[in-house]
Amino acid sequence: MKSLVCLKQVPDTETQIKVNADGSGIVTDGIKYVINPYDEFSVEEALRLKEKFKAGEVVILSVGPDRLVEAIRTALAMGADRGVHVCDDAVNNADPFVMAQTLAAAAANIDCDIIFCGHRAIDDDFAETGAMLAELLKIPQITLVTKIEVSADKKSVICERDIEGGKETVESPLPCVVTSQKGLNEPRYASLPGIMKAKKKPVEKKTLSDLGISTEAKLATTNFSMPAARQAGKKYEGMEPQDVAKTVVQALRSEAKVI
Amino acid sequence: MSKVLIYAEIKAGKIKKSAFELASEGRKLADALGGDLGAALIGPGLESFAADLAKYGVDTVYTIEAPELETYNSEYFAQALAHLVNETKPEIVLMSHTMQGKDLAPRTAAKLGMAVMADCISFRLEGTTLIGKRPMYAGKCFAECSATGSPQIATARPNVLETAENPKAGSLSKIAFSVDTSRSTYVTKDLNLDTSGKVDLTEAEIIVSGGRGMGGSDYTLLEEMASIFGSRATIGASRAAVDAGWRKHSDQVGQTGKTVTPNLYIACGISGSIQHLAGMGSSKVIVAINKDTEAPIFTKADFGIVGDLFKVVPEFNKELKAILAE
Repeated sequence: MKSLVCLKQVPDTETQIKVNADGSGIVTDGIKYVINPYDEFSVEEALRLKEKFKAGEVVILSVGPDRLVEAIRTALAMGADRGVHVCDDAVNNADPFVMAQTLAAAAANIDCDIIFCGHRAIDDDFAETGAMLAELLKIPQITLVTKIEVSADKKSVICERDIEGGKETVESPLPCVVTSQKGLNEPRYASLPGIMKAKKKPVEKKTLSDLGISTEAKLATTNFSMPAARQAGKKYEGMEPQDVAKTVVQALRSEAKVI
Repeated sequence: MSKVLIYAEIKAGKIKKSAFELASEGRKLADALGGDLGAALIGPGLESFAADLAKYGVDTVYTIEAPELETYNSEYFAQALAHLVNETKPEIVLMSHTMQGKDLAPRTAAKLGMAVMADCISFRLEGTTLIGKRPMYAGKCFAECSATGSPQIATARPNVLETAENPKAGSLSKIAFSVDTSRSTYVTKDLNLDTSGKVDLTEAEIIVSGGRGMGGSDYTLLEEMASIFGSRATIGASRAAVDAGWRKHSDQVGQTGKTVTPNLYIACGISGSIQHLAGMGSSKVIVAINKDTEAPIFTKADFGIVGDLFKVVPEFNKELKAILAE
């Protein structure tokens, strides 16, 4: 089973985000970067498929600046076989369409049965790239997947996906793009031997001209701002439960007017 | 020809409230641009919905029906919507950032060669350019987004835009369309739709959320509170509660869960990690019930109750029942 995993590097969820003085972006000094948590589910699932079929390959595909190679190495330490790193200033901070175009161009040269993406990245929160990649490759998308069963002949897959307040089970021909959702699996940690081995695994670096494409931005993101600081409101301490309940419920109706 | 087109989502035989939010916003944009507002409806039995949409300012309701469009399918619906956009040539296309919207909007946009200004919480125009304001990093910051091509496609977060009635005569236009079945797609084998009327977290007006302080999977007290509020309320959970297996992952509020924007967020036994505070910080009103007076959630709460949730919530439910019955 050959899987291609699209991986993004994002600021750790503990990061206190600050907007820079001219509002052109966030302050990146001192940020610790990690693999996008939803992409970790993808790496884990791809490894499990390779283990189940006792054959195949897990390729990590990633677009971004030099520091990204740490994230690729982490995935290799988890057990992935090789990495493809598209590093080009033209797309290192691209919008979802340009990102999907770049991934599609790179994916066209990689032999795989299934493509994984995280259902969204926890930095820009667009939640678009997976579906766009599928459309550009003219293959099906199955988004928000929590369970995957690949048929023995590797020609089709049955997936469970989250829908509003429920579940949908779909059957799709392969290849397709699957976007991973929490609940799919519990990602493994990289072992020490894994980390040693990862150092020797190949990571191929590519530019847009290697991929033979040029891109044109579709979205511009400007005027970054911080949310209005929320002040602590009233605090009720040492009151009897029934008194505090009565006070707050009445305040919700008459002051806050939300009930 | 419509300047602005909205996609109206149907669930369980009803137009979703978020579609009326889009119509109300679309009306304002169409008026500012000096043009018509259209609405796209895809699926079976659509004509009866036209009047509902006209009430919120839609001039023309475009319908597309085909046997393959009985059940939602990302490829077929995207084909239909892209066809409708190509036929009617709107400058702006608005969709909702619902579960279906998140699946449909990017695929449709890719067919049209565009990206989506996703999950916007407000819109403004600069000339004819649509500017959407959207949260990033789960609400840790905001940014404005604009498109550099046409049509400008955006999704709006449900429950954030105001609905405003603005009745129009409303005409109906059936658009001829046949699905290209040569494109490979999936087949739906089983659809387990929640028809209880409960809304998704991202669309709920009221969220009753539980965390580590719940001490286990028994959420009866919180479910009781949610049911007092009725169908506009639903249950949320912190990452700690989800990771402990007490609640399903789809209930999780926070940076690796859902970013929510309800009118009222009631946090029970949630201390308030930075990831959780990011995810719920845009709630209009926040109530926190926690034993620990130092819990970070109290720095964000409009009403902070220091106390044992197992003693406070039952009293809260009694009071709510009494006041809502009035």
